[in-house]
Amino acid sequence: MNAYLSILVSRFQILLQYRAAAAAGVVTQVFWGVVRAMIFDAFYRSSAGPQPLTHDQAIAYIWLGQAMLLLTLLSVDADVAAMIRNGSVAYEMTRPLDLYSLWFVRALSGRAAPLLMRSIPIFGIAGIFFGLTAPASLNAGGLFLLSALIGLLTAAALIALLTISLLWTVSGEGVSRLAPGAIFVFSGIIVPLPLLPGWVQRIAEVLPFRGLIDTPFRIYLGDLHGAKAVTAILLQLAWLGALIVWGKVALARGVRRLVVQGG
Amino acid sequence: MIWNSLRLYFRYAGISFRSQMEYRASFLIRSLAQFTVTGVEFLGLVALFQRFGHIDGWTLPQVGLFYGMVSVAFATAEAIPRGFDVFPNLIKSGDFDRILIRPRSPALQILGQEFQLMRVGRFVQGMLILLWSASRLGIDWTLSSITLVVLAILGGVCLFSGLFVFGAALCFWTIESIEIVNCLTYGGVETAQFPLSIYRPWFRSFFTFVVPLATINYFPAQAILNPDGASSGYLIAWLSPLAGLAFLLVCLQFWRIGVRHYTSTGS
Amino acid sequence: MDQIIVENLTKTFRVVRRKPGLRGSLQALVKREYQEVRALDRVSFSIAAGELVGYIGPNGAGKSTTVKVLSGILVPDSGNVSVIGKIPWRDRVEYVRRIGVVFGQRTQLWWDLPVLESFDLLRDIYSVPESRYRPIRDTLIKKLDLGSFLHVTVRQLSLGQRMRCEIAASLLHEPELLFLDEPTIGLDAVSKIVVREFIADLNRDRGVTVILTTHDMDDIEALCRRVMVIGDGRILSDGTLGELRASVTRERWLTVDLEESVPITPVSDPDARLIRQEGRRFCLAFDPQQISAAELIARIVRGWPVHDLFVENPPIESIIARLYSKQGTP
Repeated sequence: MNAYLSILVSRFQILLQYRAAAAAGVVTQVFWGVVRAMIFDAFYRSSAGPQPLTHDQAIAYIWLGQAMLLLTLLSVDADVAAMIRNGSVAYEMTRPLDLYSLWFVRALSGRAAPLLMRSIPIFGIAGIFFGLTAPASLNAGGLFLLSALIGLLTAAALIALLTISLLWTVSGEGVSRLAPGAIFVFSGIIVPLPLLPGWVQRIAEVLPFRGLIDTPFRIYLGDLHGAKAVTAILLQLAWLGALIVWGKVALARGVRRLVVQGG
Repeated sequence: MIWNSLRLYFRYAGISFRSQMEYRASFLIRSLAQFTVTGVEFLGLVALFQRFGHIDGWTLPQVGLFYGMVSVAFATAEAIPRGFDVFPNLIKSGDFDRILIRPRSPALQILGQEFQLMRVGRFVQGMLILLWSASRLGIDWTLSSITLVVLAILGGVCLFSGLFVFGAALCFWTIESIEIVNCLTYGGVETAQFPLSIYRPWFRSFFTFVVPLATINYFPAQAILNPDGASSGYLIAWLSPLAGLAFLLVCLQFWRIGVRHYTSTGS
Repeated sequence: MDQIIVENLTKTFRVVRRKPGLRGSLQALVKREYQEVRALDRVSFSIAAGELVGYIGPNGAGKSTTVKVLSGILVPDSGNVSVIGKIPWRDRVEYVRRIGVVFGQRTQLWWDLPVLESFDLLRDIYSVPESRYRPIRDTLIKKLDLGSFLHVTVRQLSLGQRMRCEIAASLLHEPELLFLDEPTIGLDAVSKIVVREFIADLNRDRGVTVILTTHDMDDIEALCRRVMVIGDGRILSDGTLGELRASVTRERWLTVDLEESVPITPVSDPDARLIRQEGRRFCLAFDPQQISAAELIARIVRGWPVHDLFVENPPIESIIARLYSKQGTP
């Protein structure tokens, strides 16, 4: 257990050094937030009827989305992909480490560091200048943090799965490049989930992607509170467990396949 | 001389094309992925229109016109001057010297480095949206309005290419600063997908006068959607593509200044 | 009129100095500290058309800076440079058409293309008419023995094969002047010889001026009658190899191998200095003006059971090293 912890911490520290890139990312994402907020302002101006999210809630959702954007940009671990491509992944298997845990920890630190460096400034900027409201209540705030943390772990598990799919070369490349599209839709980053048509929301309910950002955001906004919030978090945890198990099984299969084929 | 350069460019493009087609499966997957990601973006838009009905008076087909035009323009700009987009790598590896050693303009050589085929994904998405919107708008498409759309898109290609050239030129001074340009390119696409009128005044002014995004689709499309509007609207619409071209020329001049700076300070 | 005229060439670089650590980076944000590095300090020389000149010096001495200025991709701070009647950086695109450059470490070929396609692309870039291109290309292919891998992608070539292709590529447009930077680095012995012979032929038969920057002293000894040594931005020596040696030292080296069957006793002589001993091999330095080679050999043979011996000049590296220390260069 210690080995993984130290890998996590050391990678995290290394990635924290990419300050300039993070600052640049903040600039870009604030720009995006400003644009999308204006777009939604215009939409809400255009229709007086009641909506599942109020205008202020929608704007808050968008800014939260910019702060946590990295949880939805799930790309394959480049180093591991290269290892799989040139076959040196076989060497990884000779190390006294569980390969899944290693890749999971890499994915986790790979998301956590840049996320932290961007979300905190964006929270601040959006809160001060752009009307990002505070959480609906103290409870909501606390549960939001918990839910977001689980979302981060879920992102890591999904990255691990995408990376593992590369063990099946061509089809793996297909999956790893086409999955992000689905993830975008059903996480709520393109359009807040509550605002999407009913049938889309029903599909989203049976997928793990809303656990990335939609669940934590709804808790933050007070849309999900009390028992509903707790249930949502438990559902997130269930999905996280399922994704991890699926990942481990798939990895074992994929590795066996590699060994059988001779790498 | 220009003919010579064009021929050289087409040779470069052919080589790039062939080497990408060698990995055919990968190319198809990437193009499909681009298509779905951009497609999904538009579907989100459709969902919002279903819910809200319209945006500041603009209907879905009207917004689709704007969206399609800028998407096609941007996809083309992502494909052709791709070399400028990845220019930081060239400078970092010191390979720019190799380019200076050759008796051709550095800009032409970098242009020829890569013609990124997979951008056809976004191109097709943009075209489909454009065609669908055009058919739903219920206006008479004349030769002149179609020509205007094509010219406007070409102007957009020039504008976005200019931004990529500008971003590459910045690398001559500092490697870190291209994020600003990303705001203007990727952020610019997102912005111009909607009619500029929905944004706040200061935002509109910036994207009309400083980085003339409005000339890609806003002015031209307005003239097409309001054929009975003021004649000044027509004038602006037809001059708009020139703004994109002018912007590109200014950025190329900046690029030349950058090359001069590089040769006097070394790497 | 010489082909290359360089007068008082000076170039200074401003390098940003950043102190380490967090404090350093914060300081760097507020105030940039620069360090001036004088890469070239009033460098002057001239080279006639058709010469084959070696240009040597330690790393950071100013070799590549000189080559960059001469090839037009770097503008100097001051000084006059005229190459084939032009100022290199002023009309760069015109000028560059008439020179060839081979960077030893970096390739000018396209990684993913077969060799022949790279050549064809260069023909288009340099606008070489097809009627001239064909015969030149075929001659180069024959002389450098490229025939067997013309259709192989550059990426898959061995270093020796690639280097021969690089040299061919740099000559497709018939330049009058060729800059070769480390052309034999990392090559196997056979390839080195092929490359050297080719360069010698090129210079002798076709009159192409060649400037060879290299660390490989064997290249220099085999090819260059004239050698320029640069150190710390200044020309330390400019003349033949013999003159270079003589300017530093008259010393010669005697290497002696003792008989196998006898216990080793150290070889020494009052008029000689021991440089090195490896087992039964002793290397002694002596000044021929103090004691002749013949005399020293006679003495050694009298006192020790010599199996074999030979006399040679000190290796160029030691000459160069001593040149620097003589000039007070660190």
